Amino acid sequence: MSMTVTAPEIPRTAAARLRWALADGWTVTLRDLTHWARKPGQVVAGLLFPVMIVLMFGYVFGGGMAVPGGGDYREYLMPGMYAMTMLFGIEATFTAVARDAAKGVTDRFRSLPIASSAVVLGRSVADMLNTVLGLLVMIACGLAVGWRWHEGAVRAALAVGLLLLLRFAFLWVGIYLGLTLGGPEAVMAVQILVWPIGFLSSAFAWTGTMPGWLAAVAEWNPLSATMAATRDLFGNPGAGGTTWIAEHAAVMALVWPLLLIAVFLPLSVRRYRRLDR
Amino acid sequence: MTYAIAAEGLRKRYGHTLALDGVDLAVGEGTVHGLLGPNGAGKTTAVRILTTLSRPDGGAARVAGFDVVRQAADVRRGIGLVGQHAALDEVLSGRQNLVMFGRLHHLRPAAARARADELLARFGLADTDTKPVGHYSGGMRRRLDLAVGMICSPPVLFLDEPTTGLDPRGRTEVWEAVRGLVAEGTTVLLTTQYLEEADQLASRVSVVDAGRVVAEGSPDELKSALGGDRLDVVVRHTADLPAAAAIVGRVTGARGDVSVDVDADSRRVGAPVRDRSAALPEVLRALDAAGITVEDIAVRRPTLDEVFLHLTGTENSTENSTRKGAAA
Ligand SMILES: Nc1ncnc2c1ncn2[C@@H]1O[C@H](COP(=O)(O)OP(=O)(O)OP(=O)(O)O)[C@@H](O)[C@H]1O
Ligand SMILES: [Mg+2]
Repeated sequence: MSMTVTAPEIPRTAAARLRWALADGWTVTLRDLTHWARKPGQVVAGLLFPVMIVLMFGYVFGGGMAVPGGGDYREYLMPGMYAMTMLFGIEATFTAVARDAAKGVTDRFRSLPIASSAVVLGRSVADMLNTVLGLLVMIACGLAVGWRWHEGAVRAALAVGLLLLLRFAFLWVGIYLGLTLGGPEAVMAVQILVWPIGFLSSAFAWTGTMPGWLAAVAEWNPLSATMAATRDLFGNPGAGGTTWIAEHAAVMALVWPLLLIAVFLPLSVRRYRRLDR
Repeated sequence: MTYAIAAEGLRKRYGHTLALDGVDLAVGEGTVHGLLGPNGAGKTTAVRILTTLSRPDGGAARVAGFDVVRQAADVRRGIGLVGQHAALDEVLSGRQNLVMFGRLHHLRPAAARARADELLARFGLADTDTKPVGHYSGGMRRRLDLAVGMICSPPVLFLDEPTTGLDPRGRTEVWEAVRGLVAEGTTVLLTTQYLEEADQLASRVSVVDAGRVVAEGSPDELKSALGGDRLDVVVRHTADLPAAAAIVGRVTGARGDVSVDVDADSRRVGAPVRDRSAALPEVLRALDAAGITVEDIAVRRPTLDEVFLHLTGTENSTENSTRKGAAA
């Protein structure tokens, strides 16, 4: 061999270890960004899928939908679609994590002298970057179909913040499922989970038009809290309600994601460390 | 002698399966140690424990000077792992894989790129550098996988069936690479289904069966343990096989406990012999007298294959021999 390369010493101070973890995390993020560059078609398809749903509901089904207070349906629809896009993100996270686990890439990462947090950190940064991009496309799409924010940039930014928080929570659900359910084929199972959660919310139809028990389920859906809170922040129709949960949408839009993170983040980290297959 | 790998009483249970049932291993620094065993013997389980991917239920092990449970992070710095199945990013190119893993070994970007190019050239992958790994052939994938395991010239390298699925040329390349690493002082623990591979590379071999080490020694010691030399006769006509087996059995003194092997495909009869100089002419004479045409006759050392069969009672699944024991 012409060159002998040896690994540098493991840093012993906390600061140096943090620097390593950040550098490793960035390496893992870069890997995902390289995936985008090599498979742009997949990225574009992922970005355009929610746009297609907007067009379908906004123009095909939208005519028959009742909006409380008689507002514009597409104004009502868009915040719901933003939150739905956050939910669909679970599938992307799941597929990436499950593929790595099935291919043994996760095991190879685990046999390297890197912090376990680095791999997970890299994955979440990549997914969040993808989400920001997806949200920008959706907002552009919303503006194109006549949706507007009416309460100023600050409240609009707050709404975007709530959406990203929700995505961050779903990220951990996706990582946990990816490490737990077998290979990437199980994405079907995840879709079976994701779609009813998406539709059993206030995304497309006002809960006031649903039968009582269904309305209760839809209102307690974490997605609906974020949808109602963002409708309020954007100044779109359909926010508020008479039930306790609908009146506290703003709080619940924080509580739900934080609860999901509190449950699934430690579960994921434990699962990653103990991954023993 | 200092040991790069020292394991004592490793135990691991998966549900009702006892994957490891008290495995001891001692691998001297700078040597190649072969772990040989049939499917499900526990080879991969042992490798996973020694590379910190899995925790043992009992026993202890030190690798590269550190305890695999309590000092896992230190162990990881001193090892390279090439698992049984290629663990690569299939979207990235081979070069991008090597650079990424080099970066995760904390090589600087320029060093990681230089190392990637060097390894691609060494493993004959230099002209594939933009193709995604998903489009690689199995052999190319395997070689890239090995290259990734060797990025940092680790002091201890674990190779879990490194040449399964490679063509003879690919296998020779891998053997050369392993020999090169060993020449530089790397310790290698190698599991394999190819007994020839252990024979070629390993200075010591542990034969594992059902989670236990059933034999340990140098390939030569293991072969001697089977009882010295073997006599092989190849006859021209398949129909002569039973008669030839009877003659070989009579001359070599094989009875019920020592079997005469008969392989119909290669028309070969084999048996262990004690006195090679007497047996050879005697068998020839007897076969000639019986009117059996002999194509080939030789006395040789037993192969590791036969040792393996003898120790584990399991046919090595990768060799398509149809050998049957026939007591004469
Ligand atoms: N994650 C697991 N869950 C359940 N059983 C397992 C698991 N991993 C291994 N086993 C069992 O433990 C035993 C040893 O398996 P191991 O993979 O170590 O064998 P091996 O010697 O590597 O076999 P092969 O040559 O087929 O690779 C087998 O019976 C296997 O079924
Ligand atoms: Mg195995």
